[in-house]
Amino acid sequence: MNSLTKNYDAIIIGGGHNGLTAAAYLAKAGRRVLVLEQRHLVGGAAVTEEIYPGFKYTVYSYVVSLLPPRIIQELQLPKHGLHVMPLEGAFTPMEDGNYIASYSDEDDTLAEIRRHSKRDADIFPVFNIMMYDLARAVKPILTMIPPDPANPGLEGLRTLRDLGGHLKSLGKEKFHWLTKIMTMSAYDFLREWFETDVLIATQAQIGVIGTFLGPKSPGTAYVLLHYYMGELDGASSTWGSQRGGTGGVSEAIAGAARSFGAEILCNAPVKQVIIKNGQAIGIALENGDEIVGKTIVSGCDPKVTFRTLVDEKELPSDLVDAIDKFKYRGSSGKVNLALDGLPTFPAMKDKALIRGMQEICPSVDYLERAYDDAKYGGFSKRPFMGCIIPSTVDPTMAPPGKHVMSIFVQYASYDMPAHGDRDQQREAFGNAVIDSLVEFAPNIKNLILHKQVITPWDIEQTVGITEGNISHGELMLDQLFFMRPIPGWAKYRTPVRNYYQCGSGTHPGGGITGTPGRMAAAEILKDGN
Amino acid sequence: MRLTPFHARTSELCDVYNWSLWCNWLLADMYAPDHIQEYFAIRTACAVFDVSPIPKYHIHGPDAVRFLNRIVTQDVLHCAVGQVLYTPWCDDDGKIMDDGILARLDGQSFRLTAGDPWLYWLEDNSVGLDVVIEDVTELGVLALQGPNSRHLLKTLTDTDLDQLRYFHILKTELAGIPVEVSRTGYTGDLGYEIWVEPPQAVQLWDVLLEAGEAYQLIPFGDYALEMARIEAGLLLADVDFYSSKKVVYEFEKSSPLELGLGWSVKLDKEHFIGQKALQQEHARVPSWGTMGLEVDLNSLEAIYAGFGMPLYLPHEAWNEAVPVYSGGHQIGKATSGMWSPILKKYIAIARLKPQFTRPGTHVDMEVTIDAQHKLAQTTVVKMPFFDPARKKSLGQE
Ligand SMILES: Cc1cc2nc3c(=O)[nH]c(=O)nc-3n(C[C@H](O)[C@H](O)[C@H](O)COP(=O)(O)OP(=O)(O)OC[C@H]3O[C@@H](n4cnc5c(N)ncnc54)[C@H](O)[C@@H]3O)c2cc1C
Repeated sequence: MNSLTKNYDAIIIGGGHNGLTAAAYLAKAGRRVLVLEQRHLVGGAAVTEEIYPGFKYTVYSYVVSLLPPRIIQELQLPKHGLHVMPLEGAFTPMEDGNYIASYSDEDDTLAEIRRHSKRDADIFPVFNIMMYDLARAVKPILTMIPPDPANPGLEGLRTLRDLGGHLKSLGKEKFHWLTKIMTMSAYDFLREWFETDVLIATQAQIGVIGTFLGPKSPGTAYVLLHYYMGELDGASSTWGSQRGGTGGVSEAIAGAARSFGAEILCNAPVKQVIIKNGQAIGIALENGDEIVGKTIVSGCDPKVTFRTLVDEKELPSDLVDAIDKFKYRGSSGKVNLALDGLPTFPAMKDKALIRGMQEICPSVDYLERAYDDAKYGGFSKRPFMGCIIPSTVDPTMAPPGKHVMSIFVQYASYDMPAHGDRDQQREAFGNAVIDSLVEFAPNIKNLILHKQVITPWDIEQTVGITEGNISHGELMLDQLFFMRPIPGWAKYRTPVRNYYQCGSGTHPGGGITGTPGRMAAAEILKDGN
Repeated sequence: MRLTPFHARTSELCDVYNWSLWCNWLLADMYAPDHIQEYFAIRTACAVFDVSPIPKYHIHGPDAVRFLNRIVTQDVLHCAVGQVLYTPWCDDDGKIMDDGILARLDGQSFRLTAGDPWLYWLEDNSVGLDVVIEDVTELGVLALQGPNSRHLLKTLTDTDLDQLRYFHILKTELAGIPVEVSRTGYTGDLGYEIWVEPPQAVQLWDVLLEAGEAYQLIPFGDYALEMARIEAGLLLADVDFYSSKKVVYEFEKSSPLELGLGWSVKLDKEHFIGQKALQQEHARVPSWGTMGLEVDLNSLEAIYAGFGMPLYLPHEAWNEAVPVYSGGHQIGKATSGMWSPILKKYIAIARLKPQFTRPGTHVDMEVTIDAQHKLAQTTVVKMPFFDPARKKSLGQE
């Protein structure tokens, strides 16, 4: 510990990309900052690891779109290695051998939809404009500091007034759609627009990501909109993949933080926040070392932030109660493959789509059944899968001629082990993924050199996210905006003085956005810390 | 309309039918489905462009050096065998006619490329000299560009490509096909141009693309090239300047000094066309300077917000000149620009009055929204915007 400077203005617990973002902004503002990460590398859910020699896995998160240009510029991330390449469209094979694809070029997408339904092709651009408009209406809300309507304060009142004015400016029709999208299921919402089942499936799929809900569960329409937000950024109109995996994004942010003078220490799990007289004054590491800091910031999820790192007696009981009720319900797993060659999808007529996303959601029923399978624990026998093969565009991922495939899988429940031995369950889950994939890419089985299977439980074990939820808590309307993580404590502060939160469990939520980190830093600086 | 020796292959791949003409040769603007993918291949892996339409002249004979030294602004005397020079050439008034690259193939033999065909100009200026000028434009040329290009080429030859220096050329075989390989290109990245006789062209394409499969190789077209060359700060004829022989009015002409190409004008070498005018221009302050601009996104965002719109950024290169102002007075023009996906910056190439060319100077660039003219703040910067070390570095192992 001797190499460390002892007096820090801010100590960040957790070197996830949000913790790093907060560190970078605080260091940029001249604060002496220390980041403590439990693992041997920074990034949290955005890391790249070489688990099988010569092959790099973008272990958890795999695509990037929600990182705002403002953060990219302010932290000069390209200088530190940010390099996000847009994906070449998306491809969805169907069970009858047909398929549907989407492209960044709208005309190409419409041509694809027209093969299935002329009506849907005609209405698709109108739908897109409407979603864009709704996203535009909601987006400013995402970057406002969330006020608590029950106790807004002057500034909060101003924000609420702006918000009200903003919503009013939408007009009747948009407001009507906004209400619908806040309450309906993705399926019901989409059914009002489209008749093509596979098209609805490809859209509805977006609405269930990171939730333990099916496409027909109410509330999923909003999640769909949440993901449309990424499309609003001038800088990235589609999902892209970072060179070297999403760990490259974390490394870029870490590089920026270091360039501003922040220190980052890995292999440094924090045991507890040291609190004296209701005020955070430092942290204790698992190894017993204590480090003093004026401000302590947790980049971990709400449960870790409030229940693990802080003694219960330091917190009001209603907060403890609310945090215990906060829903995580991890539902996503991950399978990473090292491949001896390129898999082929017989349905894929346009070969360029192998460089895009391959989505296994052939029908709405397929998606809903995947949910049914896992609803009571366990995993989907035929899961929804979002795949990319980054090595088709990125030479740094695999040796020449070899490939890595990143497969995001739903549904896999956290309580899988209740159904038997954990390792066996993991094995069975991995096999279900491969067997389901083989239906659409028959040659894949023979190409597998190595397979990494990750369940929500594994995510919790390794990254420390409660129940392995990809967003540090389900993205549902009752856990968003001024209610994220819980009403009253949505402004990055906590009841403990000088103790702050900056992870994805805070507003605006999960995904590689850096926004919670940036906004938390702004609030900390505003408090004069 | 003329077809390049690779057309049999490029036409199969360009299934979006997105073509344009260069000197009446058919040239792919992009291959399906998205030029951004092609751009990222150039910057991340490797990509191949059919440059065959470029006019080419084989110039040889005892007076070749004397002749070329008379035409171009670079000093050909000091060009070693195997070396390649970028060079402009000018008219008698020192106004730029065109630019290209000049490769010294052996003691008395050179190959010059150009943006436009200039056979008459070369012939007329060779009177009395013992030199042969052949139009060899039909030669096939592929530009293989990107960080993976060396790895890929090395799988096709035993020649030590690691040691081939930037702006040098050598003769070799790729999978048995006789070619010349030069370490040149128009992307500002690590890259090569491969020169091949037309009968072997298709075979070369096939060999390259097959080996390229393991190296993320894809073909790229003019849209992606445009983006790469702007980031590299490389000027484009008919966009960032005009050939003095192809325009009527004086204001449309420019000198290499005004274009920031002074480094390639060797004023003190033996006589060359335009030398006197350029020496005089050099003695006074040139009328213009060419610099980069970086658009301030906050200011642009504010302009769009005025229309109730989120920030919009040009994801394709634009090349219609727009005025540049300082304190309300026009002080130049931006001639091409784009949002750089790698730098995450909105960049433009601009011609400015000399007192505004200092890096860090703030000037305003016009943007048009709904036919309304607005001014976005920009900062003057040096070019190239993007200049990776790999562009010039030697290979390893
Ligand atoms: C499988 C999966 C796939 C995903 N896919 C995508 C995707 O494709 N695109 C996208 O945008 N988002 C995706 N997400 C979501 C996104 O990755 C996360 O929302 C985001 O990375 C979370 O960042 P964070 O900084 O808030 O938290 P985290 O990344 O969770 O960081 C928290 C950090 O704290 C550390 N830590 C925990 N406890 C301690 C302690 N006691 N002491 C010290 N350190 C500690 C952890 O090790 C971790 O590094 C995915 C997530 C998962 C899990």
